[in-house]
Amino acid sequence: MELSRRDAIAALAAVGIGTGGVALYRSDVFDDGSTDGEATLDDPVDTMIALATVVYPSEVSGIDEFVETYVVGRVEDDETHERRTVQALTHLEGYASDEFGDSFVDLSPDERDAVLRDLGIQSARPNPDGSDVERIRYYLVNELLYALFTSPTGGELVGHENPPGHGGGLDSYQRGPDA
Amino acid sequence: MAVDDSKDRSPSERVDVCVVGAGPAGALTAYSLAERGHDVVILEAGPRFSFEDRLRRMEYSLRPAHDGLEVWEMGGDRDAYASTGPLDYPLNDVRVKGVGGTTLHWLGYVPRYHEKDFEMESRYGIGEDWPISYDDLRPYYAEVEREMGVAGAEDNPFEPPRESPFPMDGFSPSHSDSLLVEACEELDITVHSIPQARNSETYDDRSPCVGYGTCIPVCPSGAKYSADVHVAKAEAEGARVIDRAPVQRLAHDASGERLEAVEYATPDGETHRQEARQVVLACGAIETPRVLLLSESDQYPDGLANSSGAVGRYLMDHPLVMTFGTASEPTRQHHVGFSTSGTHQFYDHEEPTPGSFHIGFLNYAGPSPVAAALSNGDWGDSLVSDVSTEVTGHIGTEALVEQLPREENRVTLDTSQTDDHGNPVPEVHWSVGDHAIETAEAALEVQRDILETMGARVTWSTNPRSPASGSHPMGTTRMGSDPESSVVDARLRTHDLENLTIASSSVFPTGGAMNPTLTIGALSLLAAEHIDEDL
Ligand SMILES: Cc1cc2nc3c(=O)[nH]c(=O)nc-3n(C[C@H](O)[C@H](O)[C@H](O)COP(=O)(O)OP(=O)(O)OC[C@H]3O[C@@H](n4cnc5c(N)ncnc54)[C@H](O)[C@@H]3O)c2cc1C
Ligand code: SF4
Repeated sequence: MELSRRDAIAALAAVGIGTGGVALYRSDVFDDGSTDGEATLDDPVDTMIALATVVYPSEVSGIDEFVETYVVGRVEDDETHERRTVQALTHLEGYASDEFGDSFVDLSPDERDAVLRDLGIQSARPNPDGSDVERIRYYLVNELLYALFTSPTGGELVGHENPPGHGGGLDSYQRGPDA
Repeated sequence: MAVDDSKDRSPSERVDVCVVGAGPAGALTAYSLAERGHDVVILEAGPRFSFEDRLRRMEYSLRPAHDGLEVWEMGGDRDAYASTGPLDYPLNDVRVKGVGGTTLHWLGYVPRYHEKDFEMESRYGIGEDWPISYDDLRPYYAEVEREMGVAGAEDNPFEPPRESPFPMDGFSPSHSDSLLVEACEELDITVHSIPQARNSETYDDRSPCVGYGTCIPVCPSGAKYSADVHVAKAEAEGARVIDRAPVQRLAHDASGERLEAVEYATPDGETHRQEARQVVLACGAIETPRVLLLSESDQYPDGLANSSGAVGRYLMDHPLVMTFGTASEPTRQHHVGFSTSGTHQFYDHEEPTPGSFHIGFLNYAGPSPVAAALSNGDWGDSLVSDVSTEVTGHIGTEALVEQLPREENRVTLDTSQTDDHGNPVPEVHWSVGDHAIETAEAALEVQRDILETMGARVTWSTNPRSPASGSHPMGTTRMGSDPESSVVDARLRTHDLENLTIASSSVFPTGGAMNPTLTIGALSLLAAEHIDEDL
């Protein structure tokens, strides 16, 4: 199932962000990532895309453009969200290099999955003000899942073309499954 | 989300009307009076929320990291309360403080009360009669339907008589409804649409419904009516709104027959007095009696306007009972956040008990995709297969049930706890009662019959002895013609104070089983007309 820029825009709309038709570039938005963490990030958007390749199901394609549009739009006017996203990514990156000897983006999909499991993300409570791991759950993993499951294509993965969070009109609720 | 602390919150010079509370009751009264040329100040305990933040609030409502109260910033010392009855009363889940009041969070079903709801004592020998009838309220019902913008179809044979069509076409039934309708046909149950304060088309410059599916607790498009609409209209007619200004007490003159001023606090820690010729208390059915009890004086040692002793008593709600099941086919839930069909067939009963109930078919049974995905823990392919299984095949029905007024169900002051201004918090004592239990049992039986006839497997149903609150507190400053036993008269003015009016479901002598807000709105417009005559 192909995710599109339209899906990303729908997902952004679900968090109150209109993209106003302006193309955003990741370099306009993110700092270089070398904030206060020990590990540095080459590119926060690349790390987020690498994360999405594990968090999103394998049948989904078009992840790069979807994630880039969503993530860049999401933090554009929200410095706190940007700072916290970069902090969470930096923590993820630090763990990947310490325990797996490579940058998160250069790990294989199985290794990326293992990073998440080793960190305990599966049972971590999503908490924007919590521990590093809880923030990874909130700002990275749940952020990506929220974007996916409030977009029409994400909804369709589970048989629902107009999921809550997406203003997809009034036709779909009247239609049967075979229509 | 940003709040403005720097606004001028000092009182206006003595105004015609001071309205306390900016929910639908306060907003409609204020608008109606401002439109007639009166000088109106509205004091609202909560903040003014920005419309632009609604999508962010929707995100909070959909992400499990955020507690439900966070959406409209409820809770904390400001909203402390005690629930001491046999049934928990989850007060902060059933109200919102802010410009718009609880309609920011509500669902928006707006049926009229039936004739019988006004005549319980004469018809059945239980409860009380209202001092007004359906016919008295009928023109105000039509007016408030136009004000709020109600979408509805005239397909309901059980509805009381109406004089004009609904302002907007109704919403078509859902796919899920069609599965239940077949079962209802077999059971001889007539199904019809539900009137909603929700735009099926552009109305009053507000958006039509676009299907965000998050009506409770927030509609980001503004298609669902909320009372900030009439607060804005009141302001356009010259009314002034002071937000974050919780009223602490009402002060009367030496005679004890008239109010002089309304005392309110502001975020800078100051207390102010707003003088007014007329005062309208519209704080909802819990805070309205609380303000009266907090306003005790030498003349009114048991609380203002409380010579009857009825202030705070006879608290009613609509016990909410639900039955859920799973069907063997997809039921396509959560495409919209509201119900589109139901039945009022069981509303007008012959015998006193079981009493009235009405059933709605849910379009949002079971978890939504995003809720299921975010609460699962896992990710990737296994997540998708879990979520697909979790979200399909749910079917559900709800029913609101009639509860009789009982003296022991009441709101008092809990002096062992104080709020952020040092005032005793409300203590709510709520129990169900035999009439409501028997009515709930009857409703549950019909719900089960419908689900089983459609071939669903019933998976869960409410215990009729411990139903949830229907989020409709009522009855705590009851209306009546006898000052010995009621707090307000038929025009909603207190028997004790000639310039104090109460606009709220707190004036309902009995509660019926219909969602109350259209009736609250109709009564508010009726009260405004009388206040206008007094001014
Ligand atoms: C989840 C949910 C779903 C609902 N669905 C429906 C529905 O479908 N249909 C229906 O008819 N009803 C529904 N309701 C109920 C409906 O919201 C209320 O009946 C309605 O909002 C009551 O209007 P009101 O103006 O009397 O009180 P409110 O809307 O509660 O407003 C009262 C206002 O007074 C303010 N206030 C309180 N104390 C003070 C004070 N001391 N000083 C200053 N201001 C004060 C409060 O901050 C608040 O803003 C629902 C409620 C909930 C919670
Ligand atoms: S489904 Fe509910 S939340 Fe969405 S636009 Fe319609 S009324 Fe608003």
